[in-house]
Amino acid sequence: MTRKRTKVLILSLLVIMGLMAIFTTAAWAGDPTGANSVGINSVTAAKAGAPTLEEVATDLGKTKIGLNFVWVILCGCLIFFFQAGFALVETGFTQAKNAMHTMAMNLMVFLVGTIGFFVAGFAFMFGGVGSVASLGGTAPLNGLLTIGGWNLLGLKGFFLTSGGSYDAGVFALFFFQMVFMDTTVTIPTGSMAERVKFSAVVIASFFIAIVAYPFFGNWVWGGGWLAQLGGKLGLGHGVVDFAGSGVVHAMGGALALAGAIALGPRIGKFKKDGTPVAIPGHDIPIAILGTIILFFGWFVFNAGSTLNGSDLRLAVVATNTMVAGAFGGFTSMIYMWARYGKPDPSMMCNGALAGLVAITAPCAFVTGLSSAIIGVVAGILVCAAVYVIEHKLKIDDPVGAVAVHFVNGSWGLIAVGLFADGTYGEGLNGVAGGVTGLFYGGGLTQLYAQLIAVGVILLWGAGVGYVFYKVLDLTVGLRVSAQDEINGLDIPEMGVKAYPDFVLTASHTLAAAKAGAVAITPAVQMEPKGV
Amino acid sequence: MKKIEAVIRPSKLDEIKDALGIFGIHGMTVTEVIGCGLQKGKKEVYRGTEYTIDLLPKVKIEIVVRDKWVDEVIRIIINTARTGEIGDGKIFIYPIENAVRIRTGEGGEEAI
Repeated sequence: MTRKRTKVLILSLLVIMGLMAIFTTAAWAGDPTGANSVGINSVTAAKAGAPTLEEVATDLGKTKIGLNFVWVILCGCLIFFFQAGFALVETGFTQAKNAMHTMAMNLMVFLVGTIGFFVAGFAFMFGGVGSVASLGGTAPLNGLLTIGGWNLLGLKGFFLTSGGSYDAGVFALFFFQMVFMDTTVTIPTGSMAERVKFSAVVIASFFIAIVAYPFFGNWVWGGGWLAQLGGKLGLGHGVVDFAGSGVVHAMGGALALAGAIALGPRIGKFKKDGTPVAIPGHDIPIAILGTIILFFGWFVFNAGSTLNGSDLRLAVVATNTMVAGAFGGFTSMIYMWARYGKPDPSMMCNGALAGLVAITAPCAFVTGLSSAIIGVVAGILVCAAVYVIEHKLKIDDPVGAVAVHFVNGSWGLIAVGLFADGTYGEGLNGVAGGVTGLFYGGGLTQLYAQLIAVGVILLWGAGVGYVFYKVLDLTVGLRVSAQDEINGLDIPEMGVKAYPDFVLTASHTLAAAKAGAVAITPAVQMEPKGV
Repeated sequence: MKKIEAVIRPSKLDEIKDALGIFGIHGMTVTEVIGCGLQKGKKEVYRGTEYTIDLLPKVKIEIVVRDKWVDEVIRIIINTARTGEIGDGKIFIYPIENAVRIRTGEGGEEAI
């Protein structure tokens, strides 16, 4: 029986293979290489196969701008995955009893951030950016609040409606910039984790999405006064921040610093004499997964910032990003290994992120070797900063948000003023020539502009941020009760635990019994024997 | 009847379970526990801050056996759980008043 079945099987296989051979050799009308699918016939024309020059040019324009749209929207989608990375890093570095709270904050900030940016944040930031040529020319964004020739705020694009901003190019710009903004909103949740009230973070996220981030963003990316420093005062190209070491990361880190100071440390973080106590994260493997997701997202975070799929510099940007991140993580690993005896995995994560944060501003303007140096410095800076923040300043930052984002974001801004090699950025902020830093004969002017940006971030992000958090503390309250903090925030704040106990509680059993799922009385009644 | 409570290295659980199985004992209660004793904790560094892990993970096995088997069971546990290093664990023996098998209602030694 079995042999017969085997024979049938072999026979049918042979038949199938024979048919396949016939089909393969027969030259049917397919185009396996795609060579015949492109050509003059694919140009949209009134007379197929004979387009006019105008028709050819129209199609070329569509292709070029279409490529940019695909690039920008696709990069935006991938950058959105940053949210997953941040959620996992922050939750992994904190305690199991707060995992639901930390994770939920990371989703909530995106929801709140999108609403805030949609309502007003985007308009304040890009309402006067003018026409973005690579997105087909977004003409409507021309509203600026200007005092004495200095641009302070954008004023068009509220609700993506005002000022004719119902425009494909504007929508593409919003989509891409929104996922950037959300990085800034999510950074402070890490430094404030395990003790902050969820409701306070909701309000703070609106503040960051509508005021803190867009105002500074306008000054650097929206044609504002920091971008004008070059043209008006001759400070290089004005503040140059390619993908947001300053606008996104240092700003988020400065707000994280303000929030952590306003909140105070977690209960038990510092002994009476001020010695810090280690509170190890509950799931470092998930934090490493989060770091890898962020690393992945960073390639498009930076390369997508060309907003232009045919600007081949994007290859330099992506590669510099990769190099700096690797050097950053490696340097931190070696630093911790040499100093404390083991390659602390949590600092490997922070080191890689530090390198990535630092290269975000200079990635388009520097060589591969410079990227490596920027990464190495970032890897050392982050280890030193974590130590100083915890041991000297006595600030409790469970995930290292300040050390990674504020310190290395500032370093990234400064690095532009040092390492920019003059090969890119022609005409940026209306200044002729490429962006050139101190080490490439650009003198100190670009560096001065970058240092001004760092100072403004400190004042605006940490200073104004601190005042905001303090006001929030006095009104709705910033911190949970000590009892809730000790027991864990999941139940009191969220009403559900991240990891419910595996043993059924009494109420579970009773509820199941009432629903008929569990028998309360045995089917057969019996007396104990031999007891 | 006696209850034998053995606190052992987690890595030794499978070996002890197999050895007891060969002897004919298949019923036991196993719990993951943490504790401290002669085996002092160790110092580690997390993000540049030193901390001590002084409660170490152990596994607790509880077995109830007839009196006549107690010595043999203890011998099996000692021989499989011992490495000779500090941290091998401890065995405690308790008298048991009675036992009842819930399914049948049987009591005494028949129930274990």
